[in-house]
Amino acid sequence: MLYFSDLLQYSDTFLSGLRTTVELTVLTTILGVALGTTCAAIRQYGNTVSQRVVASYVELIRNTPFIVQLFFIFFGLPAIGMKLSPWEASIIALTINLGAYSTEIIRAGLGSISKGQVEAAKVLGLTFRQTLFRIIFIPAFEKIYPALVSQCIIVMLGSAVISQISVADLTYAANLVQSRNFRAFESYLVTALLYLGLSIILRFVLDAIGKRLFAYRAIK
Amino acid sequence: MSLVNLHQVHKYYGDLHVLKGIDLDIKAGEVVSIIGKSGSGKSTLLRCINGLEEYQQGGITVDGNEVTTEDIQVRRLALSVGMIFQNFNLFPHMTVGENIMLAPTIVLKKSKAEAEEIARAMLLKVGLEEKFDSYPEKLSGGQQQRVAIARALAMSPKVLLCDEITSALDPELVGEVLKVLEQLAKEGMTLVLVTHEMNFARDVGSKVVFMHQGKVWEEGDSKTLLSDPQTDELKQFIGAVL
Repeated sequence: MLYFSDLLQYSDTFLSGLRTTVELTVLTTILGVALGTTCAAIRQYGNTVSQRVVASYVELIRNTPFIVQLFFIFFGLPAIGMKLSPWEASIIALTINLGAYSTEIIRAGLGSISKGQVEAAKVLGLTFRQTLFRIIFIPAFEKIYPALVSQCIIVMLGSAVISQISVADLTYAANLVQSRNFRAFESYLVTALLYLGLSIILRFVLDAIGKRLFAYRAIK
Repeated sequence: MSLVNLHQVHKYYGDLHVLKGIDLDIKAGEVVSIIGKSGSGKSTLLRCINGLEEYQQGGITVDGNEVTTEDIQVRRLALSVGMIFQNFNLFPHMTVGENIMLAPTIVLKKSKAEAEEIARAMLLKVGLEEKFDSYPEKLSGGQQQRVAIARALAMSPKVLLCDEITSALDPELVGEVLKVLEQLAKEGMTLVLVTHEMNFARDVGSKVVFMHQGKVWEEGDSKTLLSDPQTDELKQFIGAVL
């Protein structure tokens, strides 16, 4: 027999976990994409040394498990005097994780912009910074936007791991509830559906942003 | 007085010696057509004039200022030298109006209203005043190139460099672009064109420069040079393209 009604008394726990996951997602999506954009620009246009530094960062993060990165930041860094709260450690870990993956995605977008666009901006007298922000970014992001949206969703789902350092997110709530009432099937099913809902909403929101940003494509 | 002056310009791509001591003098109001086979260095020469390409020896001045590829120099140069490309290079995410207004607002720091006035005036000049709010991809190649001309003119350059600007166009669209250039020439704009349009070079141009193997092989008055070429190479080239 299944007892979904047993979960009702824990609805506050689930809601608070859901809120934590949403807050974390919004914050790390913004910070991670900003970090990825900066690193991608360095990777594409920077000098050799800065390119190597970024490449090392990207490879380090992409070739190690997220949970190890998180544990290193939360449990490891205090040894060198950097004590972080679970919340801070989670934000940092998720941001550098999304930053690394999005660097590679965004770099592909920057690479798709023809040299002619940059030259046209140059001969009109634009500085490189103006060229980057006004000429390159929007068409570059347009090319890779679907891949970037998918990566943001992957990171949102991956954030479930932070329950391991006792951040009270949605997964933490599920663990808590099923440890209290032993309704593991119900707890995790509801949690899975909540994550599914979050994914759909996040994709919807990011797609809406994309539609605004790349509106010029739709205008006939 | 010369507006653009090149003195013994040498340019290498690694070991490849592409420009071998170019001397060229362009006066205000002249329409100079640079012709020659592909690989003769004519586009490279043009790109050296506005600092898009480095040169290793010699000197180039535009309006008395020395040309280098340093960013700050290139930007200063942008105020006096306009350039139009073979592939138009309009910014796809901006309307025609925004494409033209961009540099006057952020480089020349003009107000939006002022920039819009300039943009509309330039569009009128190239006959596309009704396309102000269109996006580039909705325009034909010929229209896009005319917008690119308007965009360059909005910076009121002293000289306009045209790098094979009709080569990417369908034959029936070449005429509308050349007509705009002819109008500019009549108004006294200094034009330096790398071109394959021999009729245009002869009828509108004041001077033709024939490049061969990285050198200025022959130069002179456009009508004389094209009807009475002196060197075998130019004779052969004219025979091949006409």
